[in-house]
Amino acid sequence: MNARLPVNILIGAALVAVVMFAALLSAIWTPYPYAGIDVANKFAAPSGAHWLGTDQLGRDLVSQLMAAAGNSMGVAVVAVGIGCSIGTALGLLAAAKGGWIEELIMRLSDLGFAFPALLFAIMLAAAFGPSLSMVVIAIAFINIPTFARVTRAAANQIWRREYVFAARAAGMSTFAISRDHILPNIAAPVIVQATIEFAVAILVEAALSYLGLGAQPPEPSWGRMLAEAQTLMYLAPQLAVWPGLCIVTAVLGFGLLGDGLRDISDPRLARRRPA
Amino acid sequence: MSYFLARRIAGFVLTLWAVSIVVFAVMNVLPGDPALTILGLDSTDEARAALRERLGLDAPVVQRYLAWVGGALRGDLGQSYSFGVAVSGLIAERLPLTVSLAISGMTLTVCLALVMGLTAAARHGRAGDWAIMLFSQLGIAVPVFWLSMLLVLLFAVKLRWLPPGGFPGWSDPVAAARALVLPTVALALVQSAVLARVTRSAALEVMRLDFVRTARASGFAPGHIMWRHVLPNALVPIVTIVGLQFAGLVTGTIVIENVFYLPGLGRLLFQSIANRDLVTVQALVMLFAAIVVTANFLVDIAYVLIDPRLRAGRA
Repeated sequence: MNARLPVNILIGAALVAVVMFAALLSAIWTPYPYAGIDVANKFAAPSGAHWLGTDQLGRDLVSQLMAAAGNSMGVAVVAVGIGCSIGTALGLLAAAKGGWIEELIMRLSDLGFAFPALLFAIMLAAAFGPSLSMVVIAIAFINIPTFARVTRAAANQIWRREYVFAARAAGMSTFAISRDHILPNIAAPVIVQATIEFAVAILVEAALSYLGLGAQPPEPSWGRMLAEAQTLMYLAPQLAVWPGLCIVTAVLGFGLLGDGLRDISDPRLARRRPA
Repeated sequence: MSYFLARRIAGFVLTLWAVSIVVFAVMNVLPGDPALTILGLDSTDEARAALRERLGLDAPVVQRYLAWVGGALRGDLGQSYSFGVAVSGLIAERLPLTVSLAISGMTLTVCLALVMGLTAAARHGRAGDWAIMLFSQLGIAVPVFWLSMLLVLLFAVKLRWLPPGGFPGWSDPVAAARALVLPTVALALVQSAVLARVTRSAALEVMRLDFVRTARASGFAPGHIMWRHVLPNALVPIVTIVGLQFAGLVTGTIVIENVFYLPGLGRLLFQSIANRDLVTVQALVMLFAAIVVTANFLVDIAYVLIDPRLRAGRA
């Protein structure tokens, strides 16, 4: 085992752990209420009382960033969870049934790729109104074809294994084989894909909230904080730095973790890695 | 070859048709009453009825869909509710800016990515390789709107070299070009991060092949080997990602135009959403999705042109 792989995963896991810890902690504790306005203290510099200072309404930046982490992680978990569940089920069905069912599912997946996540979310927000729920639905929907493809490709390989032929000969139903033999053996690529999609979900949520189509005031969001900071760039440029760093930390963490896990799960990549 | 082309063209047309159904369904059928969406909850029944009649919303859904598709094929995308003019006119007015931004962004992306990817491959395992890969990993994680804000902070607010946003129009080409510098750089820095990684790994694959070793042994300069021998043979995955990045470029221009207040199609999309102008939003979403589908189709065709082995295999 060479040194690069653990570094990938370790850095990724450490960054993800920091963001997750902040997100979970924000559910029970933040230094101040994240929406608590204290105009007398607006644009306060970093201090013992306010570790990163305050914004134009005197709201504590650390509290807002922590609460936004909770929102961002929540959106990513629910959206990727839904997309992964439906997509994996469809991929398993495609691989198990084959024929026109497989063809239909794969062609529908192709259709899904015609819509970049952000464009699909913009369309939903235009039709139904902006909200975090729309963001979740859009990200979940866009994830379905990705997971369907990954699952189908992996499942098709497992269906050709001898132990699956044996299970079939023993009279196991297609559903039982998919559940007991296929699913456990395709968990690795699905988990890797989920980790990567987490990063994408965080980026899309931030972008939509920045554009005013995601989190609505007073819901905290890194993207919305950046949108507010943009109007104050001449007055308080520091406000544009922290939310961006949080997004980069989260996305980089999940990206590195996903890359590392993919390297481990694919021995061909392991062989190609430099010594 | 002709069978392959016919299949691809049929798939392309079918996908476009399916996309048009999805866009129309989401914008017209799923939300309930488009007149209510446009006029808002405080509108009167009479106002909604009048708007429904004006927009032809009383007709059956299938008839409305066919009328929309038929109109779109003739270049008639309907009448903008908020601007009071033809949507096709609005698009034609704003298209040059978006296309300029997309072309300049993609050109810079490809140039940066090829230089970075090939340089990293040439310095494989050394400091230069690690630095470029670190930049690439960061570039993937940085949201384009945040990078844009940082560029504005540095080059417009602090150094005052470039304008922070807005577009002066095409009458003054120098001012127009200056207004597009920061948006182009922001777009390209983020997009090139992915492409540089792909270029590097594709180049590394080719560099292991015998003919590269032979070229080295024959005394060709490393630069010559990279650009004349390695790059042409590494083009298939690079072109794939360039095609896939068109989707990123499309959404990138939508975001960038809103960050820099550029009056292109992305900005028009958001103005239309804010004005609840569903006719314009529908036309723009369809246009952006069609661009993505077309890019994917062109990539499929490009494979065959680049790699004759695929042509033989698929014909």
